[in-house]
Amino acid sequence: MTMEYTLVPLCEYAVTIRFADRIDERVNDVVHEVAARLEGARKEGIIEMVPAFSSLTVYYDPFVVGSAADVCAWLREHLKSSEPVVRPPARTVVIPVCYGGELGPDLAEVARFHGMTEDEVVALHAGGRYRVYMIGFSPGFAYLGGLSPRLATPRRRVPRTMVPAGSVGIAGAQTGVYPLATPGGWQLIGRTPVKLFDPHGEKPSLLSAGDIVQFRPIGREEFARWERER
Amino acid sequence: MIDVLEGGFFTTVQDRGRSGYRHVGVPPGGVMDVWAYRLANALVGNAGDEAVLEATMVGPTLRFHVETVIAVCGGDFPCMLNGRPLPLWKPAIVRPGDVLKIGVCRAGWRAYIAVTGGIAVPPVMGSRSTYVPARLGGLSGRPLQPGDVLPVGSGRRNDAVGRLRWGLAQAASRYIAGKRKTVRAIPGPEYGEFTPESRRQFFAACYEVTARSDRIGYRLAGPALALEREREMVSEAVVFGTVQVPSSGQPIVLMADSQTTGGYPRIAQVAAADLPVLAQARPGDHIQFALIAREEAVRLYSEQQRWLGRWIAAIRCQWRREQ
Repeated sequence: MTMEYTLVPLCEYAVTIRFADRIDERVNDVVHEVAARLEGARKEGIIEMVPAFSSLTVYYDPFVVGSAADVCAWLREHLKSSEPVVRPPARTVVIPVCYGGELGPDLAEVARFHGMTEDEVVALHAGGRYRVYMIGFSPGFAYLGGLSPRLATPRRRVPRTMVPAGSVGIAGAQTGVYPLATPGGWQLIGRTPVKLFDPHGEKPSLLSAGDIVQFRPIGREEFARWERER
Repeated sequence: MIDVLEGGFFTTVQDRGRSGYRHVGVPPGGVMDVWAYRLANALVGNAGDEAVLEATMVGPTLRFHVETVIAVCGGDFPCMLNGRPLPLWKPAIVRPGDVLKIGVCRAGWRAYIAVTGGIAVPPVMGSRSTYVPARLGGLSGRPLQPGDVLPVGSGRRNDAVGRLRWGLAQAASRYIAGKRKTVRAIPGPEYGEFTPESRRQFFAACYEVTARSDRIGYRLAGPALALEREREMVSEAVVFGTVQVPSSGQPIVLMADSQTTGGYPRIAQVAAADLPVLAQARPGDHIQFALIAREEAVRLYSEQQRWLGRWIAAIRCQWRREQ
């Protein structure tokens, strides 16, 4: 594995490994490969690793691991290793979405903006394969890559004061799902009945960085059934 | 059990925070002022990680249903126990029916109310800390309200407690005083991308803490800061103490409940040792950032841990004498 990187100390207990400064699938692959490699090399005092678009931040306990120089030396050693990485294949997560209507109040607007029918927007959105580049912004929020450029739509001019949890939206070239009810300015095209973030669950976030997401259109009845069974 | 008669301005259950969930977008959170928190816990004989109440600006009014020991540390809040003044930074015995009323803060901004055994709300994702943005932890993930009931843990009972005529020396709370605070900081990852004038200003000028400051972040007001060349940043990890500069040029210091990732250039990182100073700054206070080297920040951090360890050892020693 050969790649260029810089080590950027963030604070007394974290260092960022930056591979590039752009959003790129290949770079993001490297981020996840290195995360898997370091995960396998577990060292006492390493608390956690947070993958981002093109960087990986390692949090450690300075009173266990030692100085930033020690951590950087450990990182360099594992980054140059040529042993193959055992990285499990990306998981595919299918998220059911009820598009349009009151659950996707901006679908009509998005369709009008692109001169398409609502069905065409839904087919294009649900036909995509989306990579989870990283989780951030809010608990369980996945930054998804792979939105068709034909669906890129500017944010709403006036953000909503409250967007319901599960709302599926488009903002510029991005698409995503709101895990929690928050204020927000994304164009809402649908809603999923699936919980993306559950603090009491064994795995609080449905999605992890590196996953592949697909959206499956469902009708109102199926949406209601999901809600009841939850 | 403790009844909440008045919630105060913004009082939440907090402990040291939840570790290991940044990768799912959940920040560690936890107490803003770890110094006052750890000393308050030590003063009531707790082992260290128990949950306490963190009050902001105006404290709560509480009625106790247990005989236990409490301590209030942090900003200079007027505290009355059954109508009689209760000194801060010292342990005190409370009995069933006693009412603790904490008023409006005179200096500093946050108080920590510790009780033997800790506030025993159920942990969520490994912590009892309240994280209001996601409504998790603490009491239903929100600040205290009148009518709330707080469970108290069954920690070691402080038997045969005398009159507890001791407390911490003033030296423990010196960091709280003053409307103008010096906060040490190291250069942030994008420091070199700011104009030379911005880099100079940031460490030369004073920045005012604005009213739009909370557990998520402190919005500061002062000389505007600019990048040499504007560019779109790719989101990366940020932590408690990261100083971000959005396009307005006015810096924001990220605090305990901030997002885990951010996309604004980071001009500086507040030294971990000075985060309690910042946590006790209130709207209207002025912050003077002082540039230090990374090695210095690490040294200050471990020195602070050592000092904390010494204070806590001295408190434990007093407790052994009591029993």
